[in-house]
Amino acid sequence: MQNNNSLWQFFASVKLALVTLFLIATTSIIGTVIPQKEPFQFYVSQYGPKTAQLFAILDIPDMYNSWWFISLLFLLGFNLVICSVDRFPGVWRQIKADGLQVGADRIRKMSTQKSWRSDAPVSDSVLSIKELLKKHGWQAAEKQTDNETVIFSQKGSWTRTGVYLVHSSILVIFLGAIIGSLGGFKGSVSIPETMSRDKVVLYDSREIVDLGFEIRCNSFAIEFYENGMPKEYTSSLTVLENGTEVLTRDIEVNSPLTYKGITFYQSSYEAYQDFVVTAVNTETGSRKTVVSPFQKQTEWPEENVRFGVINAKVRGQSIVSIKIWFAGENGPPSTMWLDENSLTTLDENNRNYQVRVKQMYATGLQVAKDPGVWWVYIGCGLMLFGLYVAFFMSHRRIWVLVTASDKGSAMVMSGSANKNRPGFENVFDTLASDLERT
Amino acid sequence: MDSSQLLGITTFTFLFASFLYIAALVFRTENMGKAATGFTIIALLILTLGLGLRWIESYQLGIGHAPLTNMYESVVFFAWTIIIFYLGIEWKFKTRTIGAFALPLAFLAMAYASFAPINRGINPLVPALQSNWLLAHVITCFVGYAAFAIAAALGIMYLAKTSFAGKSSVDQSKELLPPLATLEDITHKCMIIGFIWLSAGIITGAIWANSAWGTYWSWDPKETWSLITWFVYAFTLHARYTRGIKGKTIAWLSLVGFIAVIFTYYGVNFLLSGLHSYGSS
Repeated sequence: MQNNNSLWQFFASVKLALVTLFLIATTSIIGTVIPQKEPFQFYVSQYGPKTAQLFAILDIPDMYNSWWFISLLFLLGFNLVICSVDRFPGVWRQIKADGLQVGADRIRKMSTQKSWRSDAPVSDSVLSIKELLKKHGWQAAEKQTDNETVIFSQKGSWTRTGVYLVHSSILVIFLGAIIGSLGGFKGSVSIPETMSRDKVVLYDSREIVDLGFEIRCNSFAIEFYENGMPKEYTSSLTVLENGTEVLTRDIEVNSPLTYKGITFYQSSYEAYQDFVVTAVNTETGSRKTVVSPFQKQTEWPEENVRFGVINAKVRGQSIVSIKIWFAGENGPPSTMWLDENSLTTLDENNRNYQVRVKQMYATGLQVAKDPGVWWVYIGCGLMLFGLYVAFFMSHRRIWVLVTASDKGSAMVMSGSANKNRPGFENVFDTLASDLERT
Repeated sequence: MDSSQLLGITTFTFLFASFLYIAALVFRTENMGKAATGFTIIALLILTLGLGLRWIESYQLGIGHAPLTNMYESVVFFAWTIIIFYLGIEWKFKTRTIGAFALPLAFLAMAYASFAPINRGINPLVPALQSNWLLAHVITCFVGYAAFAIAAALGIMYLAKTSFAGKSSVDQSKELLPPLATLEDITHKCMIIGFIWLSAGIITGAIWANSAWGTYWSWDPKETWSLITWFVYAFTLHARYTRGIKGKTIAWLSLVGFIAVIFTYYGVNFLLSGLHSYGSS
């Protein structure tokens, strides 16, 4: 599209792209130096009330979401669109250009060139050249005029789109980001063990969003290395639809759970002073999981037993063993130390119970819905592919001009490539000497 | 023999090879150049062995992971990628002069790793780092960084050569360094390769962040600085392709870009806070 409108020219210019890139790069630094998303008071105490006021006006405390920064990103996107619309038709013409229309004079003037003679008549030469080109992967076409024949072949004409693939990949990424911010959310939820939640709190607006299903934390566990560093946080989660279990899975950091487009990430935890007791009657198989507050009596009426936690041993930040009492219908309660979160068999009322006691936690989950993420990934893939095409692949063209001479035929072969000319010349030379030999 | 001894030997071999490359450049002796290449290859082999051994040692400690997880390991890996990248260029362009600028970079990285007050231990991985994306992310980023390091070394050579060119007394530098056109050509190619690998590094980082935290981009300082670096090189490539900007400007931009790389890699960990704080321990 050739448009001489000066506004169009302004938005199509690379100068604008350079200025925008420069502005985005330099203003981005602000947010890496000034802490982001802190309350207003923080900026007052750090930078003084006047500066804090100025920051507030310029949206510095959340600069990456500010109107002016988003505008810069949009300007870059708009510039990319206009610039591509402006230039692409020209590139398309080059891709579609018929090499056979190139005049004999121009072919003779090209710098990458080789000529030779043959005893064979023109028609035989043309045939064998075309055949050999085909053997090397060059599909050739020919055109005959009064006294000469032009053979033309090309490879990778489409690679001229490389730059535009990269540019459109950025637009696809932007599109994905927009879809994500309009149709998605980011929030968090804290679920104590054995309990379930069906709402999450959004980060930015503090708004409460209904998930449309329930998510239950069956259990949470932390593993430690010998040196006390955390090794893994694991939550066992169950998805419930109208009270029925749909899906149960363990999640860890780097291994989230996705259900109906909503993903749950392990992000934090909270330790309680309560304990989770699981008891199983080994004969009947009846089982009970219950939260037992520290030093309070808990009952299991179906089995007519009572129990409670009376003491706990702590090493570092974690509880290693727990002292419980356990009593049947009649008879005195027995007390014993159990290792945290390990099965122990107890004998009560001549019935065997397997008991597991652990400290109670709430798992902290990050909850995200981002319908744009696949667009972003497609854009990223397209960008890498486009960069490879733009920098490493070229449009290579070869012409062979065959003219009748007193003894047989005379050949002039020339070629051109839009990139990596030394590489093309190597290919050209081998091809030319191969053609000459026949 | 443990990995730290091998890495120590590498440090001194890089220093020795640096002297050989510089001597070969100044005295223009072919044999010294060959010796420099030889020692660099030996140092690379020892370094590779050292990294491999460190990997094995981590498994012996029961916390097996690739040696790419703290500042010490990443600086060592940076030196490794610089040398691989440099040797590739030496072989492809048949010139050893770049070695006089590239080897000191690798030596400085190793010297920093060996002598700076940073944690050199093999530590277990916190849960966030336990991901298959770790390898892909670190490798792609550092190949990019190495390419940019070489581009900056070439930029310095270019600027040195143009500033000597005016003075007749040091006219010999004309022959000491490769022609300006060659320097510019290789700088440009290094920046292209660095740009592609940096893009891949940012992308793998984004995918990893999304699988760990549910957000592929959160404008954390490290992310932002990697994007700033990406913009600097995008700017440079566009300036060259579409506005025909060449020569000294490109050489200066290769330095500006590398300063952004160093800040992304190193400065952010120590001067700014954010999600990427693992690197500073």
